[in-house]
Amino acid sequence: MSITSAKTGSTSLSLALENNFMEPIASTLVGAGGVNRITFSDIPQVYKHLQIRGIMRCSVASDNIVMRFNGDSGANYTWHVLRGSGSAASGANTVSTTGAELGWTTYSGQTASAFAGIVADVVDYANTNKNTTLRSFSGGDVNGGGYVTFGSAFWNNRDAVNTIDIIMGSGNFDQYSRLSLYGFKG
Amino acid sequence: MAAKTGTYTLISSSTLNTTTATVTFSSIPSTYTDLFLVVNPLSTNNRDVILRFNSDTGSNYSITFVSGYGSGSPAFSSGRTTNQGFMYADYYAPSNTTQSIRQINIMDYANTTTYKTALMRSSNPAAYPAGGAEALVGLWRSTAAINTVAVSLASDSFLTGSVFKLYGIEAAK
Repeated sequence: MSITSAKTGSTSLSLALENNFMEPIASTLVGAGGVNRITFSDIPQVYKHLQIRGIMRCSVASDNIVMRFNGDSGANYTWHVLRGSGSAASGANTVSTTGAELGWTTYSGQTASAFAGIVADVVDYANTNKNTTLRSFSGGDVNGGGYVTFGSAFWNNRDAVNTIDIIMGSGNFDQYSRLSLYGFKG
Repeated sequence: MAAKTGTYTLISSSTLNTTTATVTFSSIPSTYTDLFLVVNPLSTNNRDVILRFNSDTGSNYSITFVSGYGSGSPAFSSGRTTNQGFMYADYYAPSNTTQSIRQINIMDYANTTTYKTALMRSSNPAAYPAGGAEALVGLWRSTAAINTVAVSLASDSFLTGSVFKLYGIEAAK
């Protein structure tokens, strides 16, 4: 079903986009030397959903990227992914682990200057009546390699999310990686 | 952390009233962080939607995709192209009657340090084998800031009624 604005005649997706429903909250651009972790803290509780967008590259190969909420590093996360490797589609999951998987990124040993992209939504993050759900869309292509990934995850906790950490497993976010946080109005 | 003002600015839009080979968004401001392109294409000959940046026709584009058919064998697949003269924005080409959608995130398009990555989703509700859902990641091997995005069909023209909208997404400063 498409929704049509009586005022503008816009429909569905366009209607939402043209009503200023999304606001920038914070952004981080990684400097020389890289960082292992990017943190968004003191997140305002005035939005319905959050979105993280950006580009990233890791300093080591085959590293995993995880998201944690409110500094919780306990085994309180469960995730699923669907990925395409360029030759096969596959799925994976892990239950009761220490972070929500965010997909795949390029690394500094691959095609120079090739960064992965990510768009991840933290759904209903301020609601204290249910666990927090994450969905992600990420991927990087290096002209002959790479992955594209869909992910979902949940945090087994009903607290409102006020801090988000995005963490490389063992390497660093390379210089010029950039992650930005947005809020969606309800 | 204080909330900032709104984002998601419509840069340009076009609804075709005549058959058109290429829709070009030019003089794109560099003031945003990402671009978001929405395309509802109609194609006479079921040809794929393709992109070019800054009029580059060199073999500088590649993609990796995963797709689901919902039936047939296999019901899902993954593949890639390399060293193309354009970036595919779908695997299931549009039809001449069925509205389908492409949502294309062009990440960090204005930086002059990294190659440019596009995260794309495409769906075509037509029956198998014409339709399906897919996700693609594309790479343009250039560090130039993107100021022009050209949307075409591979060896075909967009029909009347095709819709194109380009938005700018601004990050917090």
